[in-house]
Amino acid sequence: MGIFNTRQFSKSTQLLTSITIVLFVSIGCFFTTHLIGYKVIALLLLMTVSILAMLFDIMPVLISALLSALIWNFFFIPPIYTFHINTAEDLLMFCLYFSVALINAVLTFKIKQTEKQARDREEKENTIKLYNTLLNSLSHELRTPIATILGAVDTIKGNNNKLSSIQQNELLSQIDIASIRLNDQVENLLNISRLETGLLKLHLQWCDVNELINLVIQKTTTNKQIIYTTNDALPICKMDSGLIEQVIKNIIANAIQYTPNHTIINIEALVIDNVLSIIITDNGNGIPTELLSEVFNKFYRLPNTKAGGTGLGLSIAKGFTEAHNGKISAINNLPKGLKIIVELPVETTYINSLKNE
Amino acid sequence: MNKIEILIIDDEPQIRKLLEIALESNEYKVWQAETAKEGIVLAANHPPELILLDIGLPDKNGHEVLKELRSWYNKSIIILSVINNEEDIVKALDNGATDYLTKPFRTAELLARIRSAIRRNQQAINNDTTLIFNELQIDLTARTIKKNNQLLKLTSTEFNLLALFANNEGRVLTHQHILKEIWGVGFQTETQYLRVFVGTLRKKIEDNPNQPKHIITESGIGYRFQ
Repeated sequence: MGIFNTRQFSKSTQLLTSITIVLFVSIGCFFTTHLIGYKVIALLLLMTVSILAMLFDIMPVLISALLSALIWNFFFIPPIYTFHINTAEDLLMFCLYFSVALINAVLTFKIKQTEKQARDREEKENTIKLYNTLLNSLSHELRTPIATILGAVDTIKGNNNKLSSIQQNELLSQIDIASIRLNDQVENLLNISRLETGLLKLHLQWCDVNELINLVIQKTTTNKQIIYTTNDALPICKMDSGLIEQVIKNIIANAIQYTPNHTIINIEALVIDNVLSIIITDNGNGIPTELLSEVFNKFYRLPNTKAGGTGLGLSIAKGFTEAHNGKISAINNLPKGLKIIVELPVETTYINSLKNE
Repeated sequence: MNKIEILIIDDEPQIRKLLEIALESNEYKVWQAETAKEGIVLAANHPPELILLDIGLPDKNGHEVLKELRSWYNKSIIILSVINNEEDIVKALDNGATDYLTKPFRTAELLARIRSAIRRNQQAINNDTTLIFNELQIDLTARTIKKNNQLLKLTSTEFNLLALFANNEGRVLTHQHILKEIWGVGFQTETQYLRVFVGTLRKKIEDNPNQPKHIITESGIGYRFQ
């Protein structure tokens, strides 16, 4: 975009800048007019207006065109210091100068407008595409559990005496699982909208990172193994525990969902120079290196992944991490699996408990 | 024996119906109110043993209702909140709510909280100096604690913290509340002390400090002792 950004200046700034530039060029020309002649100066001024047309809106450019025409007439066309034009040739040139400047300004403006329309259209198409992706994954992710709940309820209501108690319990468990899944999805949606609306406000508190990680693990239900060795050397860190809990939770949930059975998930936490790093590694299949940078994009799901998941979890983790001015990255673990690293700049304190007794 | 009476103040008919069935099937007598106004009148005419108060009522801010009830009602009030908003919950607890649950909640959890709140109502007169929590035996007068009959060595602050927890069994205590009780006014924001002391206390009293059974973390809010 580069030079087009000048159009974000306010109208008065644009006008002032254009006039200043025209005046500067005119003054420069005034002192060299004896060397190059007043006709070449017309071309110099015309070029100046053309450059302005590339930079600014239509109004300042039109005013510059008019101003430069008048300046050329007054200071350069003999007799100078009057608006009078003696020869027919000069009059024709003056008219031509003015027309070319105007046509130039209008054409450049039109080109810019068309460009902008094309950009807007592209943006709109992207939004629609994103929206469709959202609708597709959402309607699937929300309707599947709802279908499960309705189906199970109908079955229980309709076949009361034909169902064995084992079958009934199985249906009730399915309702249970579906409701939890529905609740998780709603939570994700609420979180993503908190991020999108920019209403996210950090609620910083002193936190025991060991406690936080252990809590997330305790709340996670999975048959995969999650290992965290409490790091006694960790200081107390200041952060929004609710958001960071969600970050860890989402990364773990992602590792659980997209890895084969018997995968081991390993968590490490360390603080170096007031940066807290939380590293979550699995020994699953990893992901192709060229797709690593994509995994944090909203609604992104790796090609050929199984059903379930909206592609929101990791993008929320990224959003919450960045809300802390932190960084999140994914690399492939050696020999296999995925490693996700969350780095948070934090205020820390190493208080010795005994000192306060 | 008379059934224990519980008042539900919630504008959602589905939630009221669910609570009614869950509570009545557990031998409680249930009263219901749809609005704050109705709830306050009902509570005044017929003070229940416990109130389940939805914080998001249509006719009045839940925090206002809580304050109004607390001006004369001193039994348990459990807050039901649909949003997982920590600040809101801490505010309600600091305004005198006994406990909180966020929707969706599990019925077993609700019943456990209700039982524990009601037990505390009835224990208020009880001046036991020895409190027992499974393998833990805390003597508040002698300021000693035994785990499986083995005496544990606690520092003075650790014991104060433990005593505060033990006197509020099952109840969620906010960080600010604990800091004020143990370290005094002016320390309410110094949560780093609390983190450290809870950490060392857990190491002494819990079998596995990473999966505590007694000092339970209520994320972003405080701790609950059981």
